[in-house]
Amino acid sequence: MLAVEADRVWKYFGDYPALRGASLQVPQGACMALLGRNGAGKTTMLRILANLSRATKGDVKIFGDGSRSDIVRRKTGYLGHGIGVYDDLSALENLMLFGRLLGVDNPEKAAMEALERVGLERVKDGMAREFSRGMRQRLAVARAFIHQPELLLLDEPFTSLDDRAINVLQSLLKDALSRGSTIVMSTHQIREAMELATNVALLERGKIVHAGPQTPEMLADPGWLYRTYGDGPVAE
Amino acid sequence: MKRGLITALAIAKKDLQTELRTKESINASASFALVILVLFSFAFDLGREELYAISGGMLWLVFSFAGALIVNRSFARELPNDCLDVLIASPAPAWAIFLGKSVAAFLLLFIVELISLPVFGLFYNIHWTDRFGGLLLVMALATWGITVVGTAFSAVTVNIRLRELMLPVLLYPILIPLLIGAMGTTTALLGGEPMFGQAASGEALASLRLLVGFDVIYTSLALYMIEFILIV
Repeated sequence: MLAVEADRVWKYFGDYPALRGASLQVPQGACMALLGRNGAGKTTMLRILANLSRATKGDVKIFGDGSRSDIVRRKTGYLGHGIGVYDDLSALENLMLFGRLLGVDNPEKAAMEALERVGLERVKDGMAREFSRGMRQRLAVARAFIHQPELLLLDEPFTSLDDRAINVLQSLLKDALSRGSTIVMSTHQIREAMELATNVALLERGKIVHAGPQTPEMLADPGWLYRTYGDGPVAE
Repeated sequence: MKRGLITALAIAKKDLQTELRTKESINASASFALVILVLFSFAFDLGREELYAISGGMLWLVFSFAGALIVNRSFARELPNDCLDVLIASPAPAWAIFLGKSVAAFLLLFIVELISLPVFGLFYNIHWTDRFGGLLLVMALATWGITVVGTAFSAVTVNIRLRELMLPVLLYPILIPLLIGAMGTTTALLGGEPMFGQAASGEALASLRLLVGFDVIYTSLALYMIEFILIV
């Protein structure tokens, strides 16, 4: 069964088509790395998958459901460019709030467990605004994983993370994959992405120009994909 | 439905919690209301009857401008760290997010109005305490109208750079019928007219009906439209 199915999706911002008939299929349990240069349409595609934006044309189905129902959204976790936590709430209050919104049975217990997973249990009552950048990023990761989603949509998740946050995120992503969750992540950091990715898609000017399983060539040479299917070499 | 209401309560609690910690909009709104009331009391030299005649208009102009300062922050509060994206991506229905934000804004504006009333009575020498019940009803109805329309326009303008300017431009024309109703009822109440019973004037009752109608229509419209406003 497919976890994500985008069929000829178009998205216009004014007259500018950010997506031009992009089609993407992600099988359940796969980790899809969505690659592409700046402005290729990765964020737009992820925002449409996360129900943050409507496609101008085309169909999007998540777990076979195209209606954006709350059941589907409850199965989905989203980590965007912003950390998505409130500066004037404590770490625990933030996670309990999102636990409630995501329909977690015992939000306080889930929040404490999430804080332990990212190593923030000692500062659970500290305000998010008082945290260092790395701690805030780990809190954001805890927020995205609090309800153990079946589908994770991650927009450049490794960008500007510190070493510890990268390790925490990678270990959580590996756990999620081992539980059978599906991951779609857009990224520029090909090396980090390739460690986890089972499938790869390349977006060029709003179109998916390649989608398929990860191959040894991609792992050995991160620029290979761009040279073979894209517009040319990628700067390393 | 039940889940939606739980979500709305969680959002309202979060908004009140963050506002009471930062006090960014309630301080601005309360200070504005008090300063304007005090300044106008020195600006006009009116007799007792004239004062009663303008009392409703004075109060609701102050409350509606103070309200704009509160509703302006309703959705703008979600912008830092892209929290709005996380709210929309969550299973929380858009109407529940909107309802929670409206309830929080309503309570904040109501607090500002309750702080302003004694100052209004003191500086304008208007006796409102014996009319407190009726005033509370009018305040509740009109404040809900202001906050529900204001919160909806706060969502419309949230991604506009000049949202602080755009919100009043959009908000006040829509609020005209509500403010006319609130001003009329408040003036009648403070002037000693009964609102209910056989002695009630038809005008006061009609103004009250206008408030109820406005609230029902705009609350229903906003709850229905909010998903199309938030997800573009």
